[in-house]
Amino acid sequence: MTTTTHRQIQFGVFFQGVNFSTIWHWPESGSQTDFESFRRVIQTAERGKFAAFFLGEGLRLREHLGKIHDLDVVGRHDAMTLEAALAAVTTHIGLASTLSATYNDPADLAYRLASLNHLSGGRAAWNIVTTHNAWTGENFRRGGYLAQDDRYTHASSFVEAVYKIWDAWAADDLATSPQAEAWSTGSHTVPHQDGYYDLEAVKTLPPVPGARPVAFQAGDSPEGRDFAARYADVIFSAHPELNDAVTFSRDIRQRLVAAGRPEDSLKIFPGQTFIIADTVEAAQEKARHVLESQVTPQTAIAYLEQFWGRELSSYDPDGPLPDVDPVVAVTGSTRGSGFQLAKAQELVDKWRAIATEKHFSIREFVIHWTSQGMGRGLIGTPITIADQIQRYADEWAVDGFNITPWLVPSGLDDIVNELIPELQNRNLYPTDYVGTTLRQNLGLAPRD
Amino acid sequence: MANPVLLAIHLDGDGAHPAAWRHVTHTPAELLSGRRVQTIVTQAEVAGFGIITFAGGHLPAGEAPNITARLDPVQQAAFAGPITSRVGLVPTIPATFVEPFHTANQLASLDHVTRGRGGWIITATGTPTEARAYSQQPITDEAALRQEARDVLTANRLLWDSWEDDAVIRDTATWRYVDREKLHYADFTGATFSVKGPNYVPRPPQGQLVVFGHDGLLDPTEVEVTIVHGTNIAAIIAAAASARERGATRVIADLEVILDSRGVPAAERLATLDASTVWAAGDDPRIVGPADDLIAAIRELAAHVDGIRLIPAVIDTDLPELQFAVLRPLIREGIIAAPQTGATLRETLGLPHPANRFATAS
Repeated sequence: MTTTTHRQIQFGVFFQGVNFSTIWHWPESGSQTDFESFRRVIQTAERGKFAAFFLGEGLRLREHLGKIHDLDVVGRHDAMTLEAALAAVTTHIGLASTLSATYNDPADLAYRLASLNHLSGGRAAWNIVTTHNAWTGENFRRGGYLAQDDRYTHASSFVEAVYKIWDAWAADDLATSPQAEAWSTGSHTVPHQDGYYDLEAVKTLPPVPGARPVAFQAGDSPEGRDFAARYADVIFSAHPELNDAVTFSRDIRQRLVAAGRPEDSLKIFPGQTFIIADTVEAAQEKARHVLESQVTPQTAIAYLEQFWGRELSSYDPDGPLPDVDPVVAVTGSTRGSGFQLAKAQELVDKWRAIATEKHFSIREFVIHWTSQGMGRGLIGTPITIADQIQRYADEWAVDGFNITPWLVPSGLDDIVNELIPELQNRNLYPTDYVGTTLRQNLGLAPRD
Repeated sequence: MANPVLLAIHLDGDGAHPAAWRHVTHTPAELLSGRRVQTIVTQAEVAGFGIITFAGGHLPAGEAPNITARLDPVQQAAFAGPITSRVGLVPTIPATFVEPFHTANQLASLDHVTRGRGGWIITATGTPTEARAYSQQPITDEAALRQEARDVLTANRLLWDSWEDDAVIRDTATWRYVDREKLHYADFTGATFSVKGPNYVPRPPQGQLVVFGHDGLLDPTEVEVTIVHGTNIAAIIAAAASARERGATRVIADLEVILDSRGVPAAERLATLDASTVWAAGDDPRIVGPADDLIAAIRELAAHVDGIRLIPAVIDTDLPELQFAVLRPLIREGIIAAPQTGATLRETLGLPHPANRFATAS
């Protein structure tokens, strides 16, 4: 078979932690906290030449009906602290942290990200998110100060401030030997004034030459996409399905060109799940087993409760959807971004119609619905999955996949041991890292 | 004889002398690399130091023409975690301006990635320049700085305890991952901030990280380790006695050191360094001379303090002298104790695993 392009696909790993996609109750489910879990995941990923290891953020423990949600994994690490430790046991893989532009300070974040970039030899990345809810703000000095409509203008100001701080230190301001007259040259302070900030940052670290921390972005709204087209190097998209991915990538590339950037200057990495077995039938069976393990009976009820806004524990998970109506008009913000601001009654009516038509119980419906929402994943043998990935590459639908393992710490093993060699045989996947910095390994232009 | 004392080493750039960077063989860029951190922390651990402290603050390390950059101390300590096995790793973090919630989670994660070897030197500075960088108001009043340090420390302690040790239950009978009765809101309100909690990082392996405070900023009863100061050995001994009278659990003292090295007397090394930039005297004694001078000072202090932190002038020159000419003989004699492999910092200091303030007796 010949193809007109020879694009390769890269992988990243999204260590999700929270949400019910992580199965915590199998015998092989490991610790979500112990450093050894992270060491094993990232070293497996690096053996598989993954571009990046990616951590999420949650600045307040999720709540469900007013209490801390107890059915999913709870608890995660401070991303950059964990990644500084991981930098000591890895050599090439990128270290990406999700960091709120709302509840961080530009001077502090610019400093810490630059520091991780030095410690890792140019492998740091940040995923810029915009938190706007006051509920999260209760953990911070400023409280909940930001309106939803202002989150992207604020994030722009924040990113501009961080970039100004980094730009203020030119690479050649740093002496190249102990014989120099001064350890560094150049001015020391960086003013940043606009509607959101009025500060004079003190520059703290020089750049790692050519290796400015890589900017990820995951927002999917039109403002989010424009923000990405302006600032991001990588989009962690929510469009893994092939046709959807093609549409999304075309839209992003148009926005890039409109923003004056080359169309390959932004890499698109949708979230993706792989389910691999020796036969397609066995893989389908495994996928079913994974879904049933993710959506426990209690998780199915809690999923509906989040949209109904009321307790539904009297309903049978194996029975029909509740006949009562939701008590909220719009869902709240305390269960994480996947649940925010849905129009409850509209959704519930739609769900009842689907469940009635397909004769789904509550649990069957939640399994069906969430597997649609998260993407069914690529399910099959290494060969059939490689065939599918070939199509993504041929159509330039994506530049890579950010893989969310459902098991920690063994969730990448079959991907690295079985799928990647097949992809490498087809020249669909890199056989080694091309450089030492994340920008080099993602094929991004160098930038100080 | 008193119990053996623990030795700590303070790492800041190329050393405490502002001109240290001119007397090393690596470039400024190499100073800011992971490889450099690895080299120094492993050398310090092998030498027998029980604690490494990492300098930190809102502003860069020093002023032109000398070093004006410093890696984040929490990250240096975290980076050191997986490549060391017994030394305590203690970053300096100011209480002021940065978010107490971020600090509490960073330190909790540090304790996890070091397997219980994390600590914290809490400081408080609030100059106009620092405040301006954070869009905040300066805090120059001493009482206000003490209050902020106390509030931030209290918030951190509540947040570390906001998870009980056994909160993760993985109960397949009820399909609950966590017992939410063992997660607690901190609900702390201080003079300048409030924080809700819980932490998002589970309780640190040590329960509470070992908190180090300079005597004066915090009361000795508020911290696990009080750092005392005095411009000579007698003054330090008096300061240590005073801290113990006021309830100090553990006391350590600081000594600046510059030693004879490779046939060059310390005084000559200091004169050469001072010719570039003078190393201003601080609050601590400075040992300038042969290793035996430092050994004598350590012997004299050993009966009065639990630990001594050495602040070397030039790390690359003084650390090997400390290792071979000071720590090796003192460890052999039992004057100082190197930590046991796998020990937590609390264990190394002989401190118990603290009860959780939120846990109810059951």
